[in-house]
Amino acid sequence: MSARRKQFDRLGDGLLYGICLVASLLSVAIIVWIAYQVTKEAMPSISKFGLGFLTSQEWQPNFNVFGAGSLIYGTAVSSAMALIAISIGLYLSLLAPAGVRGIVAPLVELLAAIPSVILGFWGILILAPFVHEHIEPWLHDTLGFIPLFGPPQTTGASVFTAGLILTIMVIPIIASISRDLFLAVPRDVQDGASALGATRWEVVRGVVLPSTTSGVVAASLLGLGRALGEAIAVTQVIGAGSEIHTSLFETGDTLASRIANQFNGAVTELHQPSLYYLGVILLVIGLVSNLLAQWIGRRFDYRRFSK
Amino acid sequence: MSGPVPDPAAPLTPSGNLRRRQIFSRVAESGATVAAIIAVAVLGIVIYTVVSRGAAAISFDFLFTGTPTGIGPAIVGTGLIVAVATAIAMPLGILVAIYLTEFAGSRMAGPIRLALDLMNGLPSIIIGLFVFGILVNHRHQSGFAGSVALAIIELPLIARGTQEVLLLVPGSMREAADALGVSRWRSVLGVILPSALGGIVTATVLAVARAAGETAPLIIVDSIFDGKSVSLNPFEVVPNIPVTIFTLSEEANPEGFTRAWGSGLVLVSFILFASLGARALLARSKRKMPT
Repeated sequence: MSARRKQFDRLGDGLLYGICLVASLLSVAIIVWIAYQVTKEAMPSISKFGLGFLTSQEWQPNFNVFGAGSLIYGTAVSSAMALIAISIGLYLSLLAPAGVRGIVAPLVELLAAIPSVILGFWGILILAPFVHEHIEPWLHDTLGFIPLFGPPQTTGASVFTAGLILTIMVIPIIASISRDLFLAVPRDVQDGASALGATRWEVVRGVVLPSTTSGVVAASLLGLGRALGEAIAVTQVIGAGSEIHTSLFETGDTLASRIANQFNGAVTELHQPSLYYLGVILLVIGLVSNLLAQWIGRRFDYRRFSK
Repeated sequence: MSGPVPDPAAPLTPSGNLRRRQIFSRVAESGATVAAIIAVAVLGIVIYTVVSRGAAAISFDFLFTGTPTGIGPAIVGTGLIVAVATAIAMPLGILVAIYLTEFAGSRMAGPIRLALDLMNGLPSIIIGLFVFGILVNHRHQSGFAGSVALAIIELPLIARGTQEVLLLVPGSMREAADALGVSRWRSVLGVILPSALGGIVTATVLAVARAAGETAPLIIVDSIFDGKSVSLNPFEVVPNIPVTIFTLSEEANPEGFTRAWGSGLVLVSFILFASLGARALLARSKRKMPT
């Protein structure tokens, strides 16, 4: 091999290593830059309202008064409904007979491919009227003694409908992640349990769940993060209310959907920074739930490979 | 020895505790089956609605002219924005994946992988806020800003997808290249990447399918357009399908709803076609992967 060729190869090696390293560092830098930029744009509002922003329920752009209280409440409630989805997703992927899972899982994953704007549009025109005419009156009649299920309002645009849409969006994520977890439990351990006379429920409860707990929690957190940050579909069906109502059938709003809804119309000087402040809150919640999921998931990986 | 004598003629059906356990298990299983059927039914209803209502809107004029009769410029615009986004994200994503599998030690790989996962979990509206801050604020909205936002969404998907297929390339191929005295960069570009090509394309197509339907960032950085004519300059505002659907859905206008369903059908058929195609391709390239 000639010396020139060797030199050329050394240059090539260095170059490839260099650009790969730069690309990788860039992706780390982007995350930091996003956090910095969003916080910077929010600064006027952060210094004006401070942490009181988190609890104040006033949101009056014309008077330059802003607070995220009702939005945090709306985000929490609609995401709590998505948590129900998480349990359904798990249940579905863990307990359904193998035949059903084989057919259903790919179809459910297709559900994840439908853009949120279309799901939201479907939510306004099809789901909301249906919920308003059938589900809300029924829930009110049977469970009306719980304040959450108040009398139905004029349209189907409500926190409840938003929660349903989020549920539909989160199920495929959970189902596909937890299916992988199920496959991670060695087949012979499951078969061993069956051979000892355990029923299918007992295999899941006694063998699969205990050895995948951290993975299950990590998957749930990821799904929850998705629900917290969904802006478009929620904007379309939640009705953009500004007050906290106990009843799920009233309108409400979430952090992400308030940003999507008002960003283009922001005129007063503190309006845009306040919307960025909402973004900061969302960013913090999102990063924390993600980091938590990573951390728990890593413990799961560790346990699996150390065996 | 005493005790109950088993009756040899007793029927072989479980009783008592076992019977209770089996019934419990069966009830739980059928509950899960019902839940699964409901999930599939929802998918069916959504797709059926989009297809049946959207088909009424689709016509030659709808696909090839601008507002008010059609969404031609928005179709072209979405194609343009996503193409630019992919042109940014695909090389970056592949380079990151190469770094992770071929070069990085565990101390470097950890933080990079974490950054990719965080980026993937970031609410897309935050990415919109970020891009507005760096590219749109004090200037004007543009298709390019939309592309940058979509590129940030695509990057982790392409990088993680590519990394997964690179890990599947058998170590014996790397060793064979090393044994022949092939330098690192030649073996990466000439041996490893080509054998992982199918998987890389799949990851990219899946990322494109995801980006094409993203609405939240575009609402913030590329949403003020009338959609009358085709715009091919990415540094101006470029009409696009997701924002068109969103805007129409916020107006109480039945004619607009029909157009929104039509746009939805165009978008969903593209996305479903792309993601199904990509998955089929992945299955095929995994089968062809040398072992």
